Amino acid sequence: MRHPKALYAIAAVLLTVPGGLAFAAGAGPSDAQIAHIAYTAGDLDIKAAELALEKSQSKTVRAFADDMVRDHKAVNDKALALVKKLNVSPEDNDTSKSLVKDADEKRAHLATLSGAAFDKAYVENEVAYHKAVNGALETTLIPSSDNGELKSLLETGLKIFQGHLKHAEHLAGSLK
Amino acid sequence: MRASGFSVLSFVLVALAHVASAKAGETIVVKITDLAFVPAEVSARVGDTIEWVNVDFIDHTATASNGAWDLALPAGSRGRLVVKQAGVLGYFCRVHPNMTGTLNVNEK
Ligand SMILES: [Cu+2]
Repeated sequence: MRHPKALYAIAAVLLTVPGGLAFAAGAGPSDAQIAHIAYTAGDLDIKAAELALEKSQSKTVRAFADDMVRDHKAVNDKALALVKKLNVSPEDNDTSKSLVKDADEKRAHLATLSGAAFDKAYVENEVAYHKAVNGALETTLIPSSDNGELKSLLETGLKIFQGHLKHAEHLAGSLK
Repeated sequence: MRASGFSVLSFVLVALAHVASAKAGETIVVKITDLAFVPAEVSARVGDTIEWVNVDFIDHTATASNGAWDLALPAGSRGRLVVKQAGVLGYFCRVHPNMTGTLNVNEK
């Protein structure tokens, strides 16, 4: 089983992005890369929620997963409309790739679980995932974004995802 | 007499105003914008209506902390609730529980 440490590794990758291998030193990610990372992070949370809707029998877990699908779709729709308006093509990058790789592995592991074990692992992963993504938004993605509208959408996204984190934490507490 | 006529008139007006508020109640609007209830704290009287107006692009709820009510507030919608009991009542959004508000409800 994957250790929660792996999730903090995502956070570490995202947090160290400005000086790391993904982007030129000092430059930070470009808006095209930021848009790709933010969209990818949302899309991965939707995929995890869709798995939960396939597997979970818990009313509260399913309600949470429904909320994740609805909110992350709404934010990603806004993001797509914005990049279209700004005529920016989201650009794949190493941070997006490592997010996808890690989330794919996590989902493969979740798929092997069922019942209460699945619910607990899914919700605990949601706590860790939202912490990692929110940390990346706060320390890297928001400060690095040049376009004002992109920055503003990311700031609203951060508030939404902080709400999800609190919701997930409550839910994790109730499943113990 | 001029002075007493005035006070009778104002008494009648106050009484009418009282009847009107007892009948219909007031509507107090709480806006939901950028993941916050604005204003976060409102005062009302029993029989008043609280109206939440969600101008965000995502869905929210107004859910009483004591479980008395749970109002779905889809993006761009408004929802109303007539307050029936006096007291201080906290509420939150179920989807984003860091969104919180308070109703201070006084007797009629
Ligand atoms: Cu909300």
